[in-house]
Amino acid sequence: MRRYSAFAIAREALRHHTGWERAWRSPEPKKRYNVIVIGAGGHGLATAYYLGKNYGIRDIAVLEKGWLGGGNTGRNTTIIRSNYLQDPSAAIYEKSRSLYETFSQDLNYNAMFSPRGVMMLAQTQHEIRGYQRTAHANVLQGVQTEFISPERVKEIVPIINVGGPRYPVLGALWQPRAGSARHDAIAWGYARACSGMGMDIIQKCEVTGVRSEGGVVTGVNTSKGDIDCEKLAIVVAGHSGHLAGMAGFRLPIESVALQALVSEPIKPCMDCVVMANTVHGYMSQSDKGEMVIGGGADGYNNYTQRGSFHHIEETIRALVETFPMISRLKMMRMWGGIVDMTGDRSPIISKTPLGNIFINCGWGTGGFKSIPGSGWAMAELVAKGEPGPLAAEFGLDRFKEGRFIDESVAAGVAH
Amino acid sequence: MLILQCPYCGIQCDETELAPGGEAHLKRYGPGSTDEEFEAYLFERKNPLGVHFERWRHANGCGKWFLAARSTTTLEVFGTYKAQTTEPPAEIVAAIKAKLPDWEGRQ
Repeated sequence: MRRYSAFAIAREALRHHTGWERAWRSPEPKKRYNVIVIGAGGHGLATAYYLGKNYGIRDIAVLEKGWLGGGNTGRNTTIIRSNYLQDPSAAIYEKSRSLYETFSQDLNYNAMFSPRGVMMLAQTQHEIRGYQRTAHANVLQGVQTEFISPERVKEIVPIINVGGPRYPVLGALWQPRAGSARHDAIAWGYARACSGMGMDIIQKCEVTGVRSEGGVVTGVNTSKGDIDCEKLAIVVAGHSGHLAGMAGFRLPIESVALQALVSEPIKPCMDCVVMANTVHGYMSQSDKGEMVIGGGADGYNNYTQRGSFHHIEETIRALVETFPMISRLKMMRMWGGIVDMTGDRSPIISKTPLGNIFINCGWGTGGFKSIPGSGWAMAELVAKGEPGPLAAEFGLDRFKEGRFIDESVAAGVAH
Repeated sequence: MLILQCPYCGIQCDETELAPGGEAHLKRYGPGSTDEEFEAYLFERKNPLGVHFERWRHANGCGKWFLAARSTTTLEVFGTYKAQTTEPPAEIVAAIKAKLPDWEGRQ
């Protein structure tokens, strides 16, 4: 794998860009691998990458039904933050955020990570108390956040209307080191690094069955033939329930649509991410100048990657009140992703009822921000067979034992 | 936009008039059941790729709960029916079979 550098650009400029190689290989599957990862989205590729980097396991195939990074990795609003209330959530999302900070250097791939700050508006008395509590919890967890005044909000985001009328801005939870990154680059960067370590990334290869013997996995059936494996990692977000069904167990997961949209590009007007959870809308400005807008998830099961129009209307209505200047903006594109929601809105990184099958799912509406941390924790689980400190609390058994990591109550909304 | 007919008041309601209520026909386990049964009742969901039986409430209308059969892959609605039943009625099953001959029935 040739390194990308300023020197490489100069060299290629002199020889008419004939020396660039493919970022990753597209091999045919072998008959057997040590580890098979199902799903070449951010989480699956990160799992494979940290298995190789941290544990030296490189005999890995990453199988993907569609194309690499074509699911939720390419369908989100690229927000990265770690201002969570519960300790296990804060730990894994903060790990993730810190890995994003060094992603470009670590993988030699420009992720365009921009620690531009994330602001969560408090627009009710309840939210003020909730976010002050989160800020105090974050101090103990080592996550840098602070609760700021409406005046400071207006100073950071001049285009905001702090005066209401329905929901005046009463303060905000501010995480200055949070931000955003380029979503495609995350998937492509991991794919290139995995391929460079000798792993096989096999696209357009649908898993149609999971084979096991005596309760231990032996391989998978795919549209490109049967492949044997010693360990299997299922990292397929919205389709987790479907894959678990093939393996013969059920999950506490429901798949629903979450939508986002972007406006026409405008000049720079907002240099951080603003989330307004009471009215259910969040917005940031992309490097191209588009306003990137997200809202709430639908309430019903859906695999179609498109959602309800009235949710878009609600989101825009709320944001127009908070940001009056966007009222004349034309919306350019909208898209939906299928998110896998658990009962407590926290993810699952867990062993399963079948031996040597591990599952990583349930990230719901918080998938993008968690990609590196999720891969890091999942790799440890797959390599050692037991969860490490980051994943220990996120086991499937928590539902039986009532040990919820209840971010659905902590956040009050999709988060 | 999803449009369902309320089986009580007969109104064609779009989804802004309705509140989704999750999977239908869950069997409630109570005292005397095992932990596994109670966990499954509370959390495990079928979440199928295809025909889904689900609960809806005509929230901004008559306020009653009803059930619907709908495809999660095409958003096609096969029919709605009243909630006082533990199994989908025969005409709903027939309507699904007419559209999807390969459907294996409610698992």
